[in-house]
Amino acid sequence: MLELIDVSKTYHTRYGPREVLKHVNLSLGKGRNLGILGRNGAGKSTLIRMISGAEKPNTGRIKRGMSVSWPLAFGGAFHQHLTGLDNLKFVCRVYGVDYRPLVPFVERFTELGEYFHEPVAHYSAGMMTRLAFALSMAIEFDCFLIDEAMVVGDVRFHERCHVELFHKRKDRAFILVSHDADVIKLYCENAAVLHEGKLLPFPNVDAAYDFYNETMAEHKSPDGNVEAA
Amino acid sequence: MTTLSTPSLASAFAINRRVLYALLMREIITRFGRENIGVLWLVGEPMIFTLGIVTLWSMSGMNHGHAIPIVTFAITGYSSVLLWRNAASRAGGAVEQNKQLLYHRNVLVLDTLLTRILVELVGATGSFIVLISIFGFFGWMKPPENILMVIGGWLMLAWFGSALALMLGAGSAYSPIVERLWHPAAYLMFPLSGAAFMVEWLPVNLRSVVTYFPMVHGIELLRAGYFGNAVKAHYDIGYMAEVCLGMTLMGLYLVREASYRLEH
Repeated sequence: MLELIDVSKTYHTRYGPREVLKHVNLSLGKGRNLGILGRNGAGKSTLIRMISGAEKPNTGRIKRGMSVSWPLAFGGAFHQHLTGLDNLKFVCRVYGVDYRPLVPFVERFTELGEYFHEPVAHYSAGMMTRLAFALSMAIEFDCFLIDEAMVVGDVRFHERCHVELFHKRKDRAFILVSHDADVIKLYCENAAVLHEGKLLPFPNVDAAYDFYNETMAEHKSPDGNVEAA
Repeated sequence: MTTLSTPSLASAFAINRRVLYALLMREIITRFGRENIGVLWLVGEPMIFTLGIVTLWSMSGMNHGHAIPIVTFAITGYSSVLLWRNAASRAGGAVEQNKQLLYHRNVLVLDTLLTRILVELVGATGSFIVLISIFGFFGWMKPPENILMVIGGWLMLAWFGSALALMLGAGSAYSPIVERLWHPAAYLMFPLSGAAFMVEWLPVNLRSVVTYFPMVHGIELLRAGYFGNAVKAHYDIGYMAEVCLGMTLMGLYLVREASYRLEH
């Protein structure tokens, strides 16, 4: 069970404190999943940071009764001077896993070839994303945190991610955040909407979907484009 | 694998050790690279610094007018400064530069600081040992009169450097001003640190001022061990230990608070 109890987070800006998350409550059982919808700036990434433990909430508690991943495909922790292999070794050491049996999988999935032994600084954006995703799959977790915006790539890459995550690991729990209601509808059995810092629960995905699309419609700018979507 | 939210002390310790090892390997590769002598720069860099100072002080005669040999005086002095100052300096940017690693839940702010402290302590200690071995081998330097006192002084200085590093490392996560002030402070503390004088050589009224600086006591002890009866050392290790303990507790508290204030 993963639980967030009354979690709030305030950031300090030049215009004074800004409460990004307001008394968020959430619970997720083993093997279950939750989609969180929110517009840009709604606090999705902040929520992911709280759950992953990268930042701590100002008030409230986070109880992790299962192992929770770092945000899926997050490559920010790569060091430019380290090779792909070095980065694999690093995460394996942090999580207490032997890296050697994982090398074939990572090499195959990333299709990096010789670049696996080159510093990450020489990688293209696509190579970086593939490495980041492969490392996320190398360590096994009970619950995966997925920020949809982080997993960018071509259709083929998406399909392979899909197979790794939703087929081979369909017994795991996950939290998926996205601004795209259709993505949530496709993958999640439950959904909530992050709106103005509050996490609004819904009885089912369709109800969240409808509410979200309605509030999105309200925020349409005059030229018909969805604002900041 | 299942990691519960409150691991037992033993498993928390095991996780911590693992994380420190991972961070140490990462730090060493990223900082020194794999080209040329690689990790040996860890010891080579402070050695070159100290050798430069030894040369300068010897050539200028540093006419201190005292009976003790200038080479030994310079090596003990400058190595001690590097020991506490490098640890503190490197800890300054540690949190900011490693912030992204905190996405891995096992990695704590404290780990990033401990890594930098350890690397610097090992480097400075290695450099000191290599230098006294080489200089001793060629007969340019006599072995210490009392090795335990040398080790004691060295360990105290290492403690002081580590505590200072914790405070600075956490402090610079609060405000960049801390690091800006540290650079002039470190520079100004050098002449007061006891590296370039012995307390006995100072006028009495100045002695009581410099002995407020904790590192002075460490280096006096170290030199008392090195030169034996050739010098009259002034040190109060109880005082130094009290200050270091206070700084360590303060540092740990700041580190804890800093991890609540971090923003990505």
